[in-house]
Amino acid sequence: MRVRIFQVGAIVLLLSAWELLPSKGVINPNFLPPLSETLKTLVALIVAKQLQGHILISLKRIIYGLGIALLVGYPLGLLMGWFRDFEKVVDAPLQAGRQISALALFPVFILVFGIGEFSKAVIIFWASFWPVLLNTIVGVKSIDPILIRSARSMGARGLNLFANVIVPASAPSAFTGIRLGASYAFMVLVAAEMVGANRGLGFLVLNSQETFKIPEMYAAIITLCLFGLIINHLLLALEHRATKWRQVRVGN
Amino acid sequence: MASVEVRNLSKTYLTQTGEECLALQDLNLSIEKGEFFALLGPSGCGKSTLLHIIGGLNSARGSVLINGQTVKGPGLNRGIVFQEYALFPWQTVVENVAFGLKMKGVPRKERLQIARDYLALVGLSGFEKRYPDQLSGGMKQRTAIARALAFDPEVLLMDEPFAALDAQTREILQAELLKIWEKTGKTIIFVTHSIEEAVFLAQRVAVITARPGRIKQVIDIPLPYRRYAEEDIRSSAAFSGVRHELWQLLSAEVVQAGVLAGSGAEPAQAAVSSAVRENLGSLPSILLQRGTDA
Repeated sequence: MRVRIFQVGAIVLLLSAWELLPSKGVINPNFLPPLSETLKTLVALIVAKQLQGHILISLKRIIYGLGIALLVGYPLGLLMGWFRDFEKVVDAPLQAGRQISALALFPVFILVFGIGEFSKAVIIFWASFWPVLLNTIVGVKSIDPILIRSARSMGARGLNLFANVIVPASAPSAFTGIRLGASYAFMVLVAAEMVGANRGLGFLVLNSQETFKIPEMYAAIITLCLFGLIINHLLLALEHRATKWRQVRVGN
Repeated sequence: MASVEVRNLSKTYLTQTGEECLALQDLNLSIEKGEFFALLGPSGCGKSTLLHIIGGLNSARGSVLINGQTVKGPGLNRGIVFQEYALFPWQTVVENVAFGLKMKGVPRKERLQIARDYLALVGLSGFEKRYPDQLSGGMKQRTAIARALAFDPEVLLMDEPFAALDAQTREILQAELLKIWEKTGKTIIFVTHSIEEAVFLAQRVAVITARPGRIKQVIDIPLPYRRYAEEDIRSSAAFSGVRHELWQLLSAEVVQAGVLAGSGAEPAQAAVSSAVRENLGSLPSILLQRGTDA
């Protein structure tokens, strides 16, 4: 309860500082408009139906990039974690690949795939693929071998073993990778939209700054922040549902 | 026909340095249907390996037959109970018990009903919805026993199932296991390093030698069938007589195991695992001394 009071107190303090410091002239309001003005701009953008388009296109890019990263990274991670020889074969190129920053590759993707939506999906894919893949591999590799032996002794083989033992046992680690992947996807999304886009939240942030619509810039940043929080929350809720058994352990 | 037959079984494996190590040598066993059979031996003698080979989880030279059929891998005619419980933490107790039935393709409703019946058999009614992490060690092992029984195997293979439990829980579970054995009529092969446990549970006990593991001798236990019902049977003359006989057979093997384990720098006394010391706390120190010198 006390913790809760302090939590709320900290947020109230921060928001009042944002409101009061610019309006009292401590901070130049041209650089940081007061909270109330920023929120007014945010509402105006929504009313004028300007923000929705940016949100939707950004969401679409995330869904494509992160979605493909999941569809490729997760099954590949399961296979690489389970079939050690397979992992050994593909390990070296993968280790090299994950060292290459997604942002460094963006010019390459633009060169090859053009400046359209596809290269944006590819760069988001690249950024979120690695945490998904690597955490899934770790999850599978760290399964207690006695569980596998026990499942095999009860006739679990092949796909049955995968579905009933390997997938649930590696789920906590895989979910960590998925959430990490989502947050990387956001970082890269904003950068990609700043470089080569005329829509999207990242574009809105940079474009507002360049045209000196500073309240709009902050409105876009707030939207990005809420957007990220909501996605992370949804993923956490999904994770809690999928790994319900782990909460009892924490409860003990 | 014997329920379980082990014929000329040998097992070698490669150590990390690439040397060949003989774990089991020319083992022969014949275990009758419905028998309670214990494998007793010092730590590292390969008795767990033998159990895993019978379970089909390990391969070896020679053959294992269940009801005359050669074992080629794991199968639902054998249920294994591991010392580490090996329950699936993501499944509830009742789902854990139903796992083998699921692999067998039994429909969900039916297999959960069977699982509940077996949970009742091991005294865990009311705990169906718990997760393994919410159970005590004894309850986990009860769950594991129910799980191994639920798909109705011919043979129950138990790998030091009570070794990690406290003394009181262990004694309670030993008595309950005998009752379960009586009710289900399963053939049970029980691996243990505890002489007391082997004598209390089994009808016959095979003493396994120090590495390489061989059958040193098979001893009949002259105790009544429903021995858990006898008052304090562990104090009876028959019990201590056969206990002593096994002790003599085993003590030489323990010293031998100590010599094998001790690399020179460590005294044999420390090399003899604590598990074995539990049995042989009173082993004359001169014996252990000789182990060091050899």
